[in-house]
This record gives sequence, C-alpha cells and structure tokens, in this order.
Amino acid sequence: MSWISDALTSSIGRKLSMSLTGLFLVSFLFVHLSGNFLLFKADNGDAFNLYSHFMSTAGIIRVLEIVLVAGFGLHIYTAIVLTRKNAAARPVEYVANGSNKKVTWFSKNMGLSGSIVLVFLLLHLQNFYWRYHNWDIPMVEIDGKEYKDMYFLVASVFKNEWWVNPVYLLGLLLLGFHLQHGFASAFNTLGLEHKKYSPIISRIGNLISVLIPLGFATMPLYFWLFN
Amino acid sequence: MTLDSKIPAGPLEEKWANHKFSLKLVNPANKRKYDIIVVGTGLAGASAAASLAELGYNVKAFTFHDSPRRAHSIAAQGGINAAKNYQNDGDSVFRLFYDTIKGGDYRAREANVYRLAQVSVDIIDQCVAQGVPFAREYGGLLSNRSFGGAQVSRTFYARGQTGQQLLLGAYSAMNRQIAAGKVKLYTRTEMLDLVVVDGKARGIITRNLVTGAIESHSAHAVLLCTGGYGNVFYLSTNAMACNTTAAWRAHRRGALFGNPCFTQIHPTCIPVSGDYQSKLTLMSESLRNDGRVWVPKKANDSRSPEDIPEDERDYFLERKYPSFGNLVPRDVASRNAKYVCDEGRGVGATKLAVYLDFADAIKRDSEPVIRARYGNLFDMYQQITGENPYKTPMRIYPAVHYTMGGLWVDYNLMTTVPGCYALGEANFSDHGANRLGASALMQGLADGYFVIPYTIGDYLAGIGSEKVGTDRPEFTTAMQEAKDRIARLLSMKGTKTVDELHRELGLTMWDYCGMSRSGEGLTKARDIIKNIKNEFETNVRLMGTNEEMNQTLEKALRLADFIELGSLMVEDALRRNESCGGHFREEYQTPDGEALRDDNQFAYVAAWEYKGDNQPEELHKESLAFENVKLTQRSYK
Amino acid sequence: MKSMNLTLKIWRQANAQAKGEMKTYSLSGINDHMSFLEMLDVLNEDLVKKGEEPVAFDHDCREGICGACSLVINGRPHGPLQTTTCQLHMRSFKDGDTIYIEPWRAKAFPVMKDLIVDRSAFDRIQQAGGYVSVNTGSAPDANEIPIGKQIADEAFNSATCIGCGACVAACKNASAMLFVGAKLSQYAMLPQGQVERKRRAEAMVAQMDKEGFGACTNTGACSAECPKEISMANIAMMNREFLTAKFTGEA
Repeated sequence: MSWISDALTSSIGRKLSMSLTGLFLVSFLFVHLSGNFLLFKADNGDAFNLYSHFMSTAGIIRVLEIVLVAGFGLHIYTAIVLTRKNAAARPVEYVANGSNKKVTWFSKNMGLSGSIVLVFLLLHLQNFYWRYHNWDIPMVEIDGKEYKDMYFLVASVFKNEWWVNPVYLLGLLLLGFHLQHGFASAFNTLGLEHKKYSPIISRIGNLISVLIPLGFATMPLYFWLFN
Repeated sequence: MTLDSKIPAGPLEEKWANHKFSLKLVNPANKRKYDIIVVGTGLAGASAAASLAELGYNVKAFTFHDSPRRAHSIAAQGGINAAKNYQNDGDSVFRLFYDTIKGGDYRAREANVYRLAQVSVDIIDQCVAQGVPFAREYGGLLSNRSFGGAQVSRTFYARGQTGQQLLLGAYSAMNRQIAAGKVKLYTRTEMLDLVVVDGKARGIITRNLVTGAIESHSAHAVLLCTGGYGNVFYLSTNAMACNTTAAWRAHRRGALFGNPCFTQIHPTCIPVSGDYQSKLTLMSESLRNDGRVWVPKKANDSRSPEDIPEDERDYFLERKYPSFGNLVPRDVASRNAKYVCDEGRGVGATKLAVYLDFADAIKRDSEPVIRARYGNLFDMYQQITGENPYKTPMRIYPAVHYTMGGLWVDYNLMTTVPGCYALGEANFSDHGANRLGASALMQGLADGYFVIPYTIGDYLAGIGSEKVGTDRPEFTTAMQEAKDRIARLLSMKGTKTVDELHRELGLTMWDYCGMSRSGEGLTKARDIIKNIKNEFETNVRLMGTNEEMNQTLEKALRLADFIELGSLMVEDALRRNESCGGHFREEYQTPDGEALRDDNQFAYVAAWEYKGDNQPEELHKESLAFENVKLTQRSYK
Repeated sequence: MKSMNLTLKIWRQANAQAKGEMKTYSLSGINDHMSFLEMLDVLNEDLVKKGEEPVAFDHDCREGICGACSLVINGRPHGPLQTTTCQLHMRSFKDGDTIYIEPWRAKAFPVMKDLIVDRSAFDRIQQAGGYVSVNTGSAPDANEIPIGKQIADEAFNSATCIGCGACVAACKNASAMLFVGAKLSQYAMLPQGQVERKRRAEAMVAQMDKEGFGACTNTGACSAECPKEISMANIAMMNREFLTAKFTGEA
C-alpha cells in the first residue's frame, strides 16, 4: 500500500490534500453562513437558539465536527509542510523584488492570509464555542423548554466587546482574499481545467470570495452599529 | 593521398540498398563491446547517439552546452524537406535529388544527395512517431508548404520553430538511452583534440568547462557532429558558441577539409546597428513574398523613406530580374544588396541595409492580412530595432547563415582519418556550393538516424572490439599539447581582447571572402589574417585560470582555430577560379553579372590537407561525375 | 540613438562553493539599440581591459529559442518584458537606471559561477520519461497517425517550452511544475504518447520532487514570465495525469 503514501506525500499529492480540504472548508462556510442567518429572523433569537442547540447536541453534528476539525487540521498541517518545503526550494532569496502585474499579491501570500484567518478563527471559537460550552450563559425558554441563549451571547459580544469587531472584519476580508485565490486554485490542482468551464469556476470563486465574507460581516456590523 | 569516395557501383536508385547489403555487420551480442564517441548533440549528434545506443553500442555524447537541447539546430525556423509527395503535386525522390543537386550548383556528389532524398521520407515518419508536433490540416494529416522557391510543397514545418521541435524529438530519443544507461552524457565539456592511434581515430581530449579539467576519452570510433563554422565571420546567424574547433582539430590530425570557401549568405537579416553587435538575426525568407526591396536612386540620400517619392526609388531586384523580381535565390538577392550599398545607396545609419517595404502589400491586402501572415516576424523586428514595420519599411541586409563546406567524408561519412566520422553541417557532403532552404535539418537527421547506424558497423566489424587505453602515449601527448596551448594563452597578458580580434577576423572575412570575392581582395585578406594570427599569438589578453569556469578562455581557444580556418577559406576561394553557388568571384561572371561556373575545370570537391603549423595546405581534388543530371546555367532573368 | 549611463548591481560568485555577493559597476555610453546581453558584453570587455574578471553568464543563440540565457533583472526573470533576456533591448531602460542582475534562484538550480546556474535537473526530469519509446526505423508512415488540428496545435503550444527555467525562477516556491506540466501535456495530448502515459507522469513527477523543486500554489507567476507564454492549463493537466496514474495505474 506504499503507493498511497507515495501518492499523498508527493508534491502533487500534498496539493491534492490542500485542495480537497480547502473545498470541504468552503462547503462548511456555506452551511455555517446559512445557519447564522437565523440571527436575523425577527423572533428574538428563538430560531437561532434552537439551531445552536441542535448544532451542539445532535450526534451526527458531533461526528461532523470531528471531520471538520480534521479538515482544518489537515489543511493547516499540509500548508505548513508545503510552505516549509517550498521555502527550502529557494534557500537564497532575490535581492531585488520585481513584481509582475498579472500576479496578485494575495495569491503569493496565502500563508499570511490563512494565518490571519486562523487567528480570527481562534478568537471566534473562544468567543462563542468555548463560552457556549463552558460559561454560565443566560437561559431562555422556548415552547416550554430551556435553552442556552446563544442569541444573547452573540449580541452582547458584538455590542459590549466591540473591539473584536475590527478583528472579525479583518479576518473576513482576508478570508475573502484567501477564497478568491484558493477556490479556483483548488480546481486547477485537481486537474479540473477546461477552456469552457475554468472561466466560470474562476468567476464563481470571485463571487463567493465577496459574498461569504460579506454575509458573515453583516452579523457583527448589525449588532455593533444598528442594534 | 588518394581520395576514395567509396561511392557504390550500380544505378543511382540502387546504390544505397546495394551498399547496405554489402556492409559488414556487427553481431548484436558484440555491439556492447564497442564504444562510440559522439561530439555535439544537435540534430546530427543526438539522432546518431540515440540510434547507435538503440542498436546496442555504448555511446559517450559530448556537448559544451549545459543541455543537449541548446544546440543551434534549435534555431532553424523554416522546415524540413522530404519527398513524401503527400500533396500529390509531382514530388519524388528523384525531384528532391535533382533540386538539391541543381540548387547546389553542381558541386555535390550525386550518390550522397540521392541517398539523402531517399531517406528523407523515413525522417518524417520517425519524427512523427516521437511526438514531434508538425503542422497539420483540419483532417488530421500533415501539412506541407513550398519553401525557398521550390515548385512542390514538400516542406514539413512546426510553426517558426521546426528546428526546436525536431531537436527535442532527437533529444528525447537520446534521453531514453541515457535512462537506459546506453548513452553517457557529458555536458559543459568541449572537445579540444582528436586522438589518433595507429592511424585510427581512437578518442578525444576534452576540457570540462566547469572545473577546467583536461580529460581523455577513448573509443572505437569518433563522430563529429559539431555544426558549421559561420562564426568565422564573427557576425552571423549562428549562436555565439558555434565553433569549428572539433572539426579543425580533426583536420590538423589528418582529416581533409572539403570546400571551405562555400558559405551561404541569407539575404533577409536584421542589419548591424553598431560595433557592439554580437549576433545577426534572421528574418524568414517568406517576407520577400510580399515585401518589395528598394534603395534610393541617389547615393547618400539621407531622407527618411516616406519622403522619397516613388520615382526616386530603385526597386533593383524587380528592375534587374523582371521575371523573378524579389524572389530571386538567396545568393542573387544578397549580392545585389551588397552592390547597391557599395554604390553608396544603402540606407539607415550605417548605410549597410536596403529597404524591404510592405506598404504596397498593406495597401493591397490590408494590414490585418499582412499581420496574420507575418505578425510574429514584424513583432520580432520591432522588438530588435524599435521601429514599426507596418509604418516604415524594414531595413534588411544579408548575413552569413550556413557553411556548406566542412570535413571531407566518403559515402560512409568517414573522414580521411579512419574511425573519425563527420555528420550534419560539420561535413561537406550534400549541399554543394549552395544549400536549399529546409535541407539542413533533413541532412542532419538523415546522417544521424539513417546513415551512420549502417555504415559504422562496417568499420567496427573490421577493426575488432579490442579497446585502447587512455594511457597510450598518443593520449598523453595530445593532452599535454592541449594544456600547453591553454597555458600559453593564459600567460600572454597582452592588450587586445579575444572579441576585438575576432571582430577583426570577421570583418576581414566578410569584406574579402563574403558575398563577393576577388583575387585581389583575397590576396589582401591573406596578409591581414596573418597579422591577426600574429597579434593573437603575441598580444591577446585573457583573464582567470584554466581551473575554473572561464568563458574568455573558451572563446580564445575557439578563435585560434577560426583564424587558421579563415586563412584556409581564403586559399580555397582564391584557388576556385569560377563562381558557383555561394562562392562568387567577381572575375568570373557573365556580362549580366551572373555567376559563371567553369564545369570543365572546377567540377571537383576541393579537399585540403593540413601540412603543419604555418605551412601551406595541399589541395586534393575529388572530381564530381554527373551521370543523372544535365549541368545547366542558372538564370533568373 | 540615445546614450545612457547605468549602475549595475551584479551577483558575483567565483564558483559553486564560494560565497557570493552583489557588486556595483557603473557603465557609460550604452546605446539604446543594444541588446541587454550586448550591454553585458561591453561591460566584460571593459573589465578585461581593466584586468578584472568578466561576468560569467549563460547565453547562446541570442534569438530567443535556445533557452540558455537566464538572468533575473530587477527581480524578474528575463527582465521587464515577457521575452528572453537576449531579446530584451536597452531601450526598455532609462538613462541613470540602477539595474539588479541576479542568477536564477532555486535549490535545484545551484549557482556555478556568477550568473550561471546548473539546470541539469531539467534534463534528468526528461530522462525519467519525457519521450516516446520508438526505435529508429520502427515508425509507421507519418500520415497513418492522423491528429486533429486543434489537438496538434494545443500540443504544440505545450511543446514550445524552451527549457530556460524562468518559471522556476519566477515562482515563489521555485516550482518546476510549469515546465514538467508542459512536457507531460504535449505527450498526453498526442496519440503517440498514450502507451506510456501513466508511467511517464509518475516517473517525471517523482524525479521533479527528487530534484528539490517546490510545489505549485497557482499564483501564475511562471506563466506570466514564461517567454513562450506556456499556460497554467499545463499544470492542471499534469496534476490530472499524475493523480490518474497513481490511483488507476496498475503498476
């Protein structure tokens, strides 16, 4: 079975891991975003709280959570391995820096945008995931049952700990740039290149790189500025 | 010395087949006992190395480049001829043979040229099987074009880079043998001498261009596939490192040099723009299909071309050759450009150029049509000159492009040193006094893929497989001589740079032994070259040591051989009292100013024998018999 | 014709083992019609006359096809235009400019002297499988293998690679995937390349990895600097070839 490890540890194999985990994480972003839009349902957060409860208790979700963590882990681990290998491939840097207009700055700095997104992610996990599970947060009654008031937590973080908002916005901005390059790049790595479809994929990449961060950004902005 | 061309008996069509049958064979199990050195990895060298290794011989391949793929075969643009007759337009082996003999102005061997035409068809098959991406029609079959004035479409091409694609094909075949362990490749290694043991070529002396190590390699046979010597002119369309050293060193060891004065000048090159110029760039001949060549009627007219009215322009090719006009052959177009410049009617800053004007073609066919046809070339021209040829006429001037002369070889491609072979442009064999367009690639690959694999066996079977060690005195002496040459050059500490002297040599060759030659000029050149040689031997300045990468030393070693070759070219041109093909002697022309051949006295190959340092060389003549074609005088009126 | 004065900052390194450094040279009277390499020729003539070591650099055909020339000029392989260094002319620069000239930088392309690097890694990659195994003489008639014009043209686009290594020099990861991609794609597209297709992809990629090149992150810098404008699609094709070979090949 050494052929599997040969394949996966080759340069292209690692790119494959990067690309598959990346696309998987994009799919997670979609799920996460659509769920979070429940925040805007005008029911004092009931729907959102029910959703939060489901996400933190349902068995299937707990399993998927492990898959998700593994996805993040593999994406980050592969990124580190590749970055180190790639840096080793050029032990001496150029003295002069030249740039080609056709090459975007962010495409060359995926490690940086990814790292900032990671910092944001850790803050985000502390803000909500950690507190939801470990803090005493107020309870709310819906249809006669008690639930943790996640809606209240979200609102209060964005309102009272307002200083996290710029970090969120920056994180989302960089997530956008990360996606802008990463989405189409993942398809190229998979070898899915076609004269007709590649331009479409690249346009979809551009679109989601704007829509996903914008969608997420509406939440802190809403609670910070309008509520 | 008697020259034996070993041309097989029998009818022309059957010579090669009969010969192949009569050649001795080396038993397949014995082939691995033979070592063959291949110097040069261009089309001829790479194809020979691959083919011989496939047969089972052990091949050592040498190139001074960092990779075999950089050999100058790569720069060939136009295409490769083959008598496939895919276009059903009347081509045949005999027609390709006939055109080549006629194009060479009847100074090539019939038997060799016929064989070349015969194997041309196999070359295309081989290259296509290797994955060479030739141009194709929509139906998926190969496309052909007519090239260089040929009346049939027999040229196979790969956009403007046929040379690169064919070379990559041969290189890939060689790579396969390197992987198989049958070819050992030595890159950045330059041959400095041929080693002859008991009258047979048994090895070479090389310099490792990275470490400077002088090394010896022994083998049962040595193949020189080292290209032409156009850089004797300093400025040419050859690559910077193209040189004659391998061929010249073999010549000094006893290989006769054939027709050294036969050089080809290409009419459509971008002109020289200043003293710093290092290289001339060829523009495809196809430009003359639509461009009109002209100069001002007045001498020293410094107006810009747009300001010169139609009636003050001299479309000299159209005027002198009304039926062929701008499409006269390369040598005629070149020579006439020289004449008008000699009259002071040249254009541009240096006055050594003529206009190639597309204004009429653009008016007739529209700019987009012309762009579709020549866009790449126009861009290249603009890139180099900074001028826009859609708006202002191009300036062109002839430049040295190819050398038909080279080491004399017999029908088996063996030089007069047994066991030393010359293939491709390095030999003199197939193009006579003038080469047809798209025939250089054909010859290089014919020699490497389809001739040498047969003929070398005959020799090897005869000498036995016993190896000769590099500890033989012939090796150690040759090695010491090479080291001494290098030490002498490095110790001189004179005042002139290698390039300065090379430029002087080049200018002399160009002025007196270039497009047009005269007894008087050649005699003058003889003395100038003597002075250059003297200057080179006493006053050249090199830097650094041998034991390192030293590009000036490389150039100096090459220049030393160019200087000696230059003087031989002058002797050869002086001795050939006729005009033929690329060799135009001003004394020998028709009243109309056309080349005047003298078939009674000069239908021979001039093969020169080296007689020692500073000694005049001895001329041997191989007379040429034409049994299958009638000798005619060219006319393009 | 304009004359210009320039300051050159050039990487000088005596040999592979030596430590190199940037050295400054000033050069005057450079004419804007000169090619970049001719400008270096002028510098070298000056240096030899002054008794200094000339600058070593690879170059040969000077017409943009042999792939020998290899300079990083002001941080860009082959300089500001998308062409080879030999086709770059001094009119692309201004009087008074400072020009940085460095060798290709990659672990797999070690510097041998000054601006010369060892690119034999490219040859070894091709020796690993960049060929169709057909012995001389065993080929069928050329027209027995019809190839649609579109495929032939696409394969040709890949085949135009001149092996200069600018892709590696441009890539922030010193990746050779554009080069290897172009070679693999040419054969993958043509019928002649089908028989050995899987073996070739695996072998060439393995050799590429062994040589120490980095991995592609799809920035497109290679293609943007490639003098022959080889497209990124070649890298996608290589990925597909390799993954297909690894996961479906039986060897």
